[in-house]
Amino acid sequence: MQQVDNETPKKKFDFKQIISKMGTVIALLILVLVVTIANPGFLQPDNLLNLLRQTSINAIIAFGMTFVILTGGIDLSVGSILAFTGAVTASTIGSGTPAWLAILFGLLLGALFGCLNGFIIAYGKAAAFIATLATMTIFRGATYVFTDGNPISSNALNNSFLFQYVGRGYLFGIPFPIIIMVVAFLIWFVVLNKTAFGRKTYALGGNERAAFVAGVNTNKTTILIYTISGLMASLAGMILTSRLSSAQPDAGTSYEMDAIAAVVLGGTSLAGGKGRITGTLVGALIIGTLNNGMNLLGISSFYQQIVKGVVILIAVLLDRKKNKA
Amino acid sequence: MKVELKNISKSFGENHVLEGVDLTVEPGEVHSLVGENGAGKSTLMNIFTGLLKSDGGEILVDGKAVHYSGPLDAEQHGISFIHQEMNNFAEMSVVDNMFLSKELRTKFGLMDQKTMIKQANHYLGELGSNIDVLAPIGSLTVGNQQMIEIAKSLMTNAKVIIMDEPTAALTGNEIKQLFEVVNKLRAKGVSFIYISHRMEEIFKIADRVTVMRDGVSVATYKVADVAMKQLVHDMVGRDIGSFYPDRNPKIGKVALEAKHLKENGVFDDINFEVHDGEILGFSGLMGAGRTEIMRAIFGIDKLTSGEILLDGKKVSIHTPEQAIRHNIGFLTEDRKDEGLILEDSIYNNIALPSIEGFKKHGLIDDKTIDDFVKMLMKRLTVKAMGADVSAGSLSGGNQQKVVLAKWVGSGARVLILDEPTRGVDVGAKREIYELMNELTDRNVAIIMISSDLPEVLSMSDRIAVVYEGRITGVVDAKGATQDMVMTLATGGTVNATSR
Repeated sequence: MQQVDNETPKKKFDFKQIISKMGTVIALLILVLVVTIANPGFLQPDNLLNLLRQTSINAIIAFGMTFVILTGGIDLSVGSILAFTGAVTASTIGSGTPAWLAILFGLLLGALFGCLNGFIIAYGKAAAFIATLATMTIFRGATYVFTDGNPISSNALNNSFLFQYVGRGYLFGIPFPIIIMVVAFLIWFVVLNKTAFGRKTYALGGNERAAFVAGVNTNKTTILIYTISGLMASLAGMILTSRLSSAQPDAGTSYEMDAIAAVVLGGTSLAGGKGRITGTLVGALIIGTLNNGMNLLGISSFYQQIVKGVVILIAVLLDRKKNKA
Repeated sequence: MKVELKNISKSFGENHVLEGVDLTVEPGEVHSLVGENGAGKSTLMNIFTGLLKSDGGEILVDGKAVHYSGPLDAEQHGISFIHQEMNNFAEMSVVDNMFLSKELRTKFGLMDQKTMIKQANHYLGELGSNIDVLAPIGSLTVGNQQMIEIAKSLMTNAKVIIMDEPTAALTGNEIKQLFEVVNKLRAKGVSFIYISHRMEEIFKIADRVTVMRDGVSVATYKVADVAMKQLVHDMVGRDIGSFYPDRNPKIGKVALEAKHLKENGVFDDINFEVHDGEILGFSGLMGAGRTEIMRAIFGIDKLTSGEILLDGKKVSIHTPEQAIRHNIGFLTEDRKDEGLILEDSIYNNIALPSIEGFKKHGLIDDKTIDDFVKMLMKRLTVKAMGADVSAGSLSGGNQQKVVLAKWVGSGARVLILDEPTRGVDVGAKREIYELMNELTDRNVAIIMISSDLPEVLSMSDRIAVVYEGRITGVVDAKGATQDMVMTLATGGTVNATSR
């Protein structure tokens, strides 16, 4: 009888393993180094806080997207949910509703839209890509109808301390959106790694049939996951609307792409079942650093897009190679 | 064509997979290759077919040493490998699959569909098959798909055809057909290397058999001169006593009772009961409805009508989640698609059905799960480098033990096992049987679906036989014979029906 090797879970120090596990972190550090050499001003605390604040909206959306992509799905509707819930909250505050209630309403609406996505995908057996492509268009259209195509701003919006605080406030000298991002990260980290729901998320992405047979309520889990994505999109919508002090009908356009890029840069497999939310945070920081760094270096926004695309492509190709080895 | 593999060796890093293997195949011979999973059969065949390069030894074809540059080169030498998992494009037609990347063209460079159809029909006709070559390949039975694989081998003018577990998914009739074709081709001088875990088949079809163990060819016998016991001994390296362990069941009260179960068009009026500590075998031909009955009981498929009673109380089960809550476990026939999350760790696979039970203040307790998983791995003798390796990296037998571990861990009191030893090597088979005994000793009720008649007869206490969606008889396993079960399985009647 062969010995079951249960006693050696602690592995020896393995350099290769660390490189492959920390790949995205190393990429981020290299990026920071390059930008710093080109412009030492990058490391100024003000700039770093600015970078983090710019990153927060994408990161928050990407946290929700991580759950979705872990199941092998995709959520293209996040940008539209962001716009619609931002507009509804802005208009609700404008009509005199207390800001906390309006924000809560906006978040619930986002969760509801996400829930709808999940419902269509779970019970309609629709491909996530097509289902959320459709709802993306619907929600965007609804935003234009609701706003009549005009930005929503009002004195009530400008005068609400709470609402202004969401996107523009500081806590202990740290911009509040960063606090929201960190808290959201911690919550979703725990949910993904420490709850039964988290395990089911991975199981669903790894093999939906096997998960079902093992007693996972796959429909319920799917719906919950898209609900989280919708909720996070509307949370990002609150921050953006607050920062701009107005709701733009075209807000959040193509934000889904940045969120997907952050998740994929973070090493989560588009096929589902594999990935980490920590990676998503790093991925979002890479995108944030790229944007911020290139702005500092005065690179035209036209070129910025090309660079961003190339970086994502390299990251994905490196990841493929790593998985093959 | 005579081929000789001489003193073949191969290492992956420090892992010596093959250490001097010899194999000679005569023209027109069916040579069976047997051995436990991990004995090195696949590696040997991969070297033989040019997928891998050997570290030492030589391959002689008709006495001349050959060196392949790759699989295509081996194919040109007349060697063809029919893999267990056929790589077909289900939506494409038979003829398109057959000529994939070898398409014939007209002088204008367009596809010459007419000639391709003619040739496809010709090769299939040679096998005595009249498959519609324009049908999508996915719509055909596994048996017919295998015929197409053989036809493809003939297209490349194969002189040696390697078949890896060709009958794993075939029905009795299809196996018969396959053997007819093998015999037809062998008469024309085509040789076969036939890899199988099913002993009876080897004795039926092969001329000689070579046993491999731990990377060495242990012995080669004429099939006519060797007993099954000897082969098993050679494979495992020791006597494993009688192949099936003794059963001393202590049968208790009724655990699960099915009453008038019906699923429209699939099965009807299914009545049976299984007791605490009992193994109830389910026999029948493939497609008779055995698996479907169990899937409906477990809540994967929908019952049209009927009642399920657990401990005498009526229960309603519409999803696996509910079945698990009622302490039913289901080891599915399809391990890869339904039994395991192959890319996920052993740890997560075992814990998944029980995960809700590990919650403490809403969070799961990793330490407790860790102990739980390790305890189960030990108890079920899962051989792995650790709990964190992926389930897909294990051998078939160990994968099956992981699936069993997850249901044992979920506290299943009624355990449904669908083909529990399919694709599992001899040593692990025996261990699975012993586990079944251990479980029934602990009062677990087991329902075992199996197409392996000796297994059903040896391991069951009673046997229910299904034919065309109905139970045609429930017989006591003591005194039951293969003939009796086969008679019931093909719609006949016997007298010895019990209960």
